[in-house]
Amino acid sequence: MFKGRSTVKKFITYGLICISLIIADYQFDQMQRMRAWLSLAVTPVQWLVDVPQRSWTWLDERLQVRDELIAENKQLRSQILLAERRVQKLAALTVENFRLRDLLNSSEQLDEKVIVSELIGINADPFIHQVVINNGFNSGAFVGQPVLDATGVMGQVTSTSAFTSRVLLITDADHAIPVQVNRNGLRTVAYGLGQYNYLELQDLSDTADIEVGDILVSSGLGLRFPKGYPVAQVIEVRHFPGQDFAKVLAKPTAQLNRSRQLLLIETPQQQTLAQQEGD
Amino acid sequence: MVIQRSHNRWVAIFTLLIAFMLSALPIPEWVQWGWPEWVLLVFIYWVIALPHRFGLGWAFMLGLLLDLLQGNYLGVNALAMVVVTFFAMLMYRRLRMYRSWQQAFVVFFLVAIYQCISYWSQGIGSNASSGLWFLLPAPISGLLWLWLFVVLRGVRRAFKVA
Repeated sequence: MFKGRSTVKKFITYGLICISLIIADYQFDQMQRMRAWLSLAVTPVQWLVDVPQRSWTWLDERLQVRDELIAENKQLRSQILLAERRVQKLAALTVENFRLRDLLNSSEQLDEKVIVSELIGINADPFIHQVVINNGFNSGAFVGQPVLDATGVMGQVTSTSAFTSRVLLITDADHAIPVQVNRNGLRTVAYGLGQYNYLELQDLSDTADIEVGDILVSSGLGLRFPKGYPVAQVIEVRHFPGQDFAKVLAKPTAQLNRSRQLLLIETPQQQTLAQQEGD
Repeated sequence: MVIQRSHNRWVAIFTLLIAFMLSALPIPEWVQWGWPEWVLLVFIYWVIALPHRFGLGWAFMLGLLLDLLQGNYLGVNALAMVVVTFFAMLMYRRLRMYRSWQQAFVVFFLVAIYQCISYWSQGIGSNASSGLWFLLPAPISGLLWLWLFVVLRGVRRAFKVA
């Protein structure tokens, strides 16, 4: 039954396979594609886990309203999401106009295409801030695509399979997003800390003009996130005498651990960017 | 005389599927820190009970599926799973003799080893750190074992999994 030597051999073989897989996945981008197809194997589990939530929603709707009303309700809800997105953008644009910036610049901003998507799973590992959504490359999601909810930037798509995608949240310890202060246009980068309630601005000098309550919006630098969406609000600014940099903490405006309906943004320039990366 | 050919392996697979669902369950953040390693626990049980059916090959596949489910680097959970299964296979005879609290103690160590391997090999590309809190699922898994062992033994006997 237990054959000592062959088990040890097997153990060493599998161990080596695992280690080379980790290294390959860490080093080579080609693994992305393989993973996209392998992920199909776990998609049923992700769907099954979501069944209680979905069936509860279903029952709830059946008990409350008739079919037509449900359809109408859903349509209205997605319209609200779209409208709210416009309002978010409007706030930033108004401030822009106040500053009398060059009109040529703002006329470049085209309206982006939006896909409404639903959350179907979250990562149970507290060190990885990722969620799974029910749009894959079959419905137009692509790697690098920015994701918003009704109140702000949530993150970006990091891998896609046919029917689902994985979204890295802005609070993940591996994530950073270029932002600017809405009040005065100060540019900086907001880093995730691995905690849902905080982002950190590490690169602000001690004398930088930043206050508690400042709204940070995406700056559009880095060509990944579109410009002007709210990202976070500054909640703490601490100065250390003798240190070059201030410690600034901000709270994400998106409801990272609550939103179930998300928006995938599609800007023309980004799609070409994604295609270039794909080639 | 009817020779029972079926080993009822699907029952074990079904328990593993439930473990997968439990590990993918959307849970609040503060629970995540102590959420037990369901797949590992259930699999350890089947390794101890039926080491001739569930070995390193299974451990490798289950680990890969966990990696896909969690979006880790491929191989992180697989490596941890293979190592822990190897230890479990080395001492399954002794484990069967142990009292349940002794088993729970061993399981605590096995899960701790698992957490260390997956946490460290994941850490190569990340800058998250939080002291030793990542080990919290180990004692909780150990406690859970006391209950899980009874349940799975009941399942194994009821369905005559061999």
